[in-house]
Amino acid sequence: MKEKAQILSENDIDRVIKRISHEILERNRGSESLVFIGLQKRGVPLAKRIADNIKKFEGTEIETGKLDITFYRDDIGKNIKPTAQITDISFDIEGKNVILVDDVLYTGRTVRAALDAIIDFGRPKSIQLVVLVDRGHRELPIRADYVGKNLPTSLSESVDVKLKETDSEDSVTLAEGE
Amino acid sequence: MLGKKSILDAGSLETEDINLILSNADSFLEISRRDVKKVPTLRGKTVVNLFFEASTRTKTSFEIAAKRLSADIINFSSSTSSLKKGESIIDTLKTILSMKVDLIVIRHSDSGTAKMIERFVDIPVINAGDGKYQHPTQALLDLYTVKKRFGKFEGLKVAIVGDFLDSRVARSDMDLFEKMGMEVTIVAPTMLLPEDYSKMKVRHNIDEVIKDTDILYMLRMQFERQDRKFYPSVMEYNRFLTLDMKRLGMMKPGSVVMHPGPVNRGIEITDEVMDVGGKLGEKIAIEEQVTYGVAIRMAILYLILG
Repeated sequence: MKEKAQILSENDIDRVIKRISHEILERNRGSESLVFIGLQKRGVPLAKRIADNIKKFEGTEIETGKLDITFYRDDIGKNIKPTAQITDISFDIEGKNVILVDDVLYTGRTVRAALDAIIDFGRPKSIQLVVLVDRGHRELPIRADYVGKNLPTSLSESVDVKLKETDSEDSVTLAEGE
Repeated sequence: MLGKKSILDAGSLETEDINLILSNADSFLEISRRDVKKVPTLRGKTVVNLFFEASTRTKTSFEIAAKRLSADIINFSSSTSSLKKGESIIDTLKTILSMKVDLIVIRHSDSGTAKMIERFVDIPVINAGDGKYQHPTQALLDLYTVKKRFGKFEGLKVAIVGDFLDSRVARSDMDLFEKMGMEVTIVAPTMLLPEDYSKMKVRHNIDEVIKDTDILYMLRMQFERQDRKFYPSVMEYNRFLTLDMKRLGMMKPGSVVMHPGPVNRGIEITDEVMDVGGKLGEKIAIEEQVTYGVAIRMAILYLILG
């Protein structure tokens, strides 16, 4: 049995997402220039939740897309991940402030791939990164602009994010061993 | 990723692999709709298109598929006419292999060439059509077209119509359609039936299936393989087997017309049907097949080389 410790509860996650939603609005002075892109798969519901919050706070509808980075990975052929999820960015990102959303920030390689992918869709004004958990151990010079929870971990630990939309509950747990 | 690295025939593809290819194709279809139609996935890989027989769409389709994945592609075309077959292919292969390529796409007019080559090389081989034997990527793109139109396979009624003699498309398609649980009827004049049709449901007149079929798959009349006349006249063929406006109008709602191309207008399908617009035009899925062909081949290259 793996030893598990709960890091964020359902209520914690809700509060964190609300706080990040406010921070995004504050930093970008409103919602006008924003678009959201969630990384498959748990970044997608997170992006949706932030967009829903902003709709509540400001009354504006923000375009929200999905991105799968499988085809941009730097470890194709090593780390096997057969079926790519859907990418759906059906709006123009040219000149927008793109808010990229993912669940866990770890080595930074996924974000590196996502940046390459986004730039294939156009030239945004900026790309800002939201993560629910930053667990450290970066291998690339990448940082998040909005962090739900900074969680120092050891390499042997694993962070398990569950969201209602994908896993039927909201929780973040830390487990020993892979 | 795939159970097998080479794709030589449709029949030996596992259902699991078929589903993996089809579900990946959706992602590649999306890439083909972007402004920048390219992902870096297969950067640094080299694919060789080895075409010993004429082809426009299959060759172009593989080429575009490889390029959209950032692989390098070498086109090698040759006419077999003046060459001694077996020996020259092996020599050609030796040359190509010494250039360190990662995958071979092969088309040849002799059945079994792909298999022969696969035994000779230690890199993956994709059969892009060999003689009268197999054309598995065509069958996969046809299957994908059916999936996109109907969202399922089980119980769909498909009528394959026309020239079965020496048809590698018919052979490959029948293998996959039946494997996925579709009901296949074949419609052909006696002289153009496949060699062994004892286990197949056979009809000789398209009118017997037209009202009831979900998918009408028209085969190309393969004049280049016919050394004599297999039916009395074009008029006779038109009477029993050609898809014309009247027959198109009799097809049930939601049904589709497919053809592997290139179409012999006035033989398999009339000019009017080929150019029809509006509601009836929506039944014709021939251009979709070509679009989906690129996505399917991207999925195959990705799953083999990725």
